[in-house]
Amino acid sequence: MTRYSIFSLARNALSHHERWPLAWRSPEPKPAYDVVIIGGGGHGLATAYYLAKEHGITNVAVLEKSWLGLGNTGRNTTIVRSNYMIEPNAHFYEHSLKLWEGLSQDLNYNVMFSQRGVINLAQSDAQVDAMQRRGNAMRLNGIDAVWLSRDQLKAMVPLLDCSDHPRYPILGALLQPRGGTARHDAVAWGYARAADARGVDIIQDCEVTGFRIDRGRVTAVETTKGLIAAGKIGVAVAGHSGHVMALAGLRLPIETHLLQAMVSEPVKPCFDTVISSGATHCYVSQSDKGELVFGGSLDGYNSYAQRGNFPAISHAATGLISLFPSFSRLKLMRTWGGVMDMTMDGSPIIGRTPIDGLYLDGGWCYGGFKATPGSGWVFAYTIARDRPHALNEAFSLDRFQRGFALDEKGMGPTTGLH
Amino acid sequence: MMLIPCPWCGERAQVEFAYGGDATVKRPADPASASDREWHDYVFVRDNPKGPLDELWYHAAGCRRYFRVRRDTVTHAILASTPLPEIT
Repeated sequence: MTRYSIFSLARNALSHHERWPLAWRSPEPKPAYDVVIIGGGGHGLATAYYLAKEHGITNVAVLEKSWLGLGNTGRNTTIVRSNYMIEPNAHFYEHSLKLWEGLSQDLNYNVMFSQRGVINLAQSDAQVDAMQRRGNAMRLNGIDAVWLSRDQLKAMVPLLDCSDHPRYPILGALLQPRGGTARHDAVAWGYARAADARGVDIIQDCEVTGFRIDRGRVTAVETTKGLIAAGKIGVAVAGHSGHVMALAGLRLPIETHLLQAMVSEPVKPCFDTVISSGATHCYVSQSDKGELVFGGSLDGYNSYAQRGNFPAISHAATGLISLFPSFSRLKLMRTWGGVMDMTMDGSPIIGRTPIDGLYLDGGWCYGGFKATPGSGWVFAYTIARDRPHALNEAFSLDRFQRGFALDEKGMGPTTGLH
Repeated sequence: MMLIPCPWCGERAQVEFAYGGDATVKRPADPASASDREWHDYVFVRDNPKGPLDELWYHAAGCRRYFRVRRDTVTHAILASTPLPEIT
């Protein structure tokens, strides 16, 4: 692997940038691997990287049904934060945020992590109470949280309508200064390149069509490129968790739902943070290209379609304009949809399954991107040691049956409410 | 926008409806004697097919009745729409 640096940049400039090596190989699959990871998105690639780096397991393949990052890794709105209240979530996401802080150096790949702050608006008295409580819980867990008054918010984000006029007037906000955004494609490519450099085989265009299970233990995967034997198999397929695990005969506490996001035409820099509003169901940031990247809530029905209907787009845009009236004349440039594996408590599932040697990393709801490094890190640990790390012990698949659901907002077992 | 055929009112826009989810979930017949496993499956576990799914929709801004729809989760094509059986 050529290290990316100012020197390699200068050297390649001399050859007109025509001799850069490919960032990763594209080998044919071997007949057998120690570990096979299903899913070549951020989580699967990060898992392979940390298996090699932290646990010395390099005889690993990552199987991707299309190409890297085509699923939710390339469809999210790039927000990174760890502003959670309940303990297992707080510690897990904070660990992930700490990995983000060193990720570009670790991978030798610029993931453009920008700690521009993440702001949650409080637009009712109840939200003020809930957010201050969450902020206090975060601080007790050693996570940064700052309560902003309406005046402080107005000074930080002048375009935000902080008047009494809106239907949901802004009363204050919770800021996590270390939160921010990152370049989503770069995360997939950076992990792919770093994992490949440590010997991991990345196999694209290879869809899993079944599992071979012998006396309760998984032995191989059937794929469109033939049978691949595996000592252990990790599934990190986001919205397709239910579909892939059904191939192994498992039903999950998960429904797959549709979430849309969109960008406006690019404009000059107009705000330098991330704003989200629970009251209007909208969150927004401005990309480095100047587009406003925003989205809202689920379309509201089970779907694997990766494309949505107009009411959800209209709802998100309405929310955005109520927060920022000055954006009302901007044109929408592009909309897209991704499919989310929504769990019954809104928290992910990372751990063993009832089938030996088969592990699940899924149920990311609409919050998987920020978890990418932490998820890969604990999933690699779980696969390598055949037991969860302390950070993902609470995210077990059997927690629902044991009565230990991790319901951050106390919404109950309805997927669309989390 | 998705058009949903209500068995009582005919084809209407999706915004008139609320989603009721998986129509095949059955509450344990004898709640007092159901095991933890049965309660867990009823409350939390769902079929999540990539393809045809039987689900409930509620015509909130119309006749205010629940009904059953068979819809493909990949194409969003609606394959059937039927009233729920009368409860006697």
